[in-house]
Amino acid sequence: MRSADRYRLIRRVAIVAGMVVLLVLPFITEAIDEPFYVDLVTRFMIFAIAAASLDLILGYGGMISFGHAAYLGIGGYAVAIFSFYGIDNGFLQLTVAIVGSALVALVIGAICLKTSGLYFIMITLAFTQMLYFLGVSLEEYGGDDGVNTNRSEFFEALDLYDSNTFYYFVFGLLVVCVLGLRRIVGSRFGRVISGAKSNELRMRAIGFPTFRYRLVAFAVSGAVCGVAGFLLGNLTEFVTPEYMHWSRSGELLVMVVMGGTGTIFGPVIGAVSFLLLEEWLSSLTEHWLLFFGPSLLLLVLFAKRGLYGLISPPTGEAE
Amino acid sequence: MAMSLPLILEQTLNGFQFGVFLFLIAAGLTLIFGIMNLVNLVHGSLYMMGAYFAAVAYQWSGSFLVALAVALPASFVVGIVLEIVALRTLYQRDHLDQVLATFGLILFFNQLMIFVFGAASQEMNLPQGLEGHVEIIAGAPYPTYRLVIIATGLAVALALYYLISRTRAGMLIRAGASNRAMIAALGINIRLLFTGIFGLGAMLAGLSGAMAGPILSVEPGMGEDMLILSFVVIVIGGIGSVQGAFVASVIVGVVETLGRSIIPFLLERILSNEAAQTAGPAITSMTIYILMAAVLFFRPRGLFPAKGG
Repeated sequence: MRSADRYRLIRRVAIVAGMVVLLVLPFITEAIDEPFYVDLVTRFMIFAIAAASLDLILGYGGMISFGHAAYLGIGGYAVAIFSFYGIDNGFLQLTVAIVGSALVALVIGAICLKTSGLYFIMITLAFTQMLYFLGVSLEEYGGDDGVNTNRSEFFEALDLYDSNTFYYFVFGLLVVCVLGLRRIVGSRFGRVISGAKSNELRMRAIGFPTFRYRLVAFAVSGAVCGVAGFLLGNLTEFVTPEYMHWSRSGELLVMVVMGGTGTIFGPVIGAVSFLLLEEWLSSLTEHWLLFFGPSLLLLVLFAKRGLYGLISPPTGEAE
Repeated sequence: MAMSLPLILEQTLNGFQFGVFLFLIAAGLTLIFGIMNLVNLVHGSLYMMGAYFAAVAYQWSGSFLVALAVALPASFVVGIVLEIVALRTLYQRDHLDQVLATFGLILFFNQLMIFVFGAASQEMNLPQGLEGHVEIIAGAPYPTYRLVIIATGLAVALALYYLISRTRAGMLIRAGASNRAMIAALGINIRLLFTGIFGLGAMLAGLSGAMAGPILSVEPGMGEDMLILSFVVIVIGGIGSVQGAFVASVIVGVVETLGRSIIPFLLERILSNEAAQTAGPAITSMTIYILMAAVLFFRPRGLFPAKGG
């Protein structure tokens, strides 16, 4: 068996095993009488969606967005503001979360993509900070303190207040988002984005309007992250500007790199690992960031390929 | 709310003072960005460290001058150690690596301050003799300390101008900004130059932090809001340009501060009271970012793009 085939097999086994674990988890937690873990893993999966969405522009498009938390916030506020006025219709909220995130991403992207490199990083960060302060200034919706929300209503049968139901709802959306993103990066559109990352001039020379392609990718990425924000608002039943805090954007970047950029599955693993690590370390000491901070330095210096790199061919072998 | 001329003048001065603050942080940062091509998120932490050094020295000695005398060299040393231990290896890395590594360092420094001093803010009083007010605008006495900040900022700006345009070190800095590889090839010890620039930037950030001590709260995480505002300044001014950083700092400072008093006032004139009270804070909070977007639209590389870069 060629090594690439072997790795492909290992990867498939790992992904299927991961999915099986996620599918049966609520039964296990029920059996060992620790229902708390269901909510915890729900949270992991929500951030997995956010991280995977960031990977579309970061890993494939080479766009280092230090402002992806903005769309978590927009998704969250789509729940919160409707809920505030007594409208709990999930279809409406989810649509607004997706469309709202996409539109904001279009505007921010249109400005940021005129620049590159250092400028791009600083501007994405600055615009998200703007939205953060906008959230703080919305006294009507709690300002700084945030606002309580209800969980969304879809069908009679789908009661999101039930932890297990909500868990499978998030799981379903995670699968849809990850498969959708994989489809995108494998498509002609995805190839153009990757092409523009490695050599933009060449892509332009052979006739692709790279700016438009990148802008659409930026908006799609924002929209998917908006779904994560919608789910996070539902999970916590509480939305604050902290959703959009600059450090949240940084954490999303860490999740993607920890998992492995440019793989979509990797950031899912990265998000889960990051949050597990956070849970574990913070249970050991409240000063866990003293160790976690410097270890990020070690991560980028020595383990650039991320966790997904462990189950991928060593060099740039084709899949 | 009434708008009087003295009030507007006072707010303009406040804005100018805030801008000068920002300049102290942004000046070093823009050089580091421009010359080392390094995304340095940890610069806000150096500002915070400066404030803590000053606060601790002040609590120990009761003298603001001692606080400054401790904070400046201490920030300089922290900056140099940081550069040698961690950041030097990042120059050759891509921007994503730099973002993650320096993000990790921010987390570290913030937590370190919580670990050593706790999450509460540190006390630091106004220096003796500068607690009073001066009536430079008739009818609006202005705090002396804030005038001292303005004077300090202007002095630093002049000193930097002299350093960069009139000295040999400044010539190397300018050469480094336009073509790094060439000055290394000409036999300049570029490592030492980088370390020196980083130390200088750290010291200026520390100075800013120390000056901020008596009027802002000295607490963990105080650096990041200033860091992001400095980014806005650098984007407007143009990466690598100290002159641009100065102009942009003053613009951002004045727009931010004056906007807070003028925009709600203007809105009250046009909109109903209730609408103005909702929209006012929202629009004010977005002003400088909209300004940044507008500058980028017309001048994608900032107002004073550094040559070469």
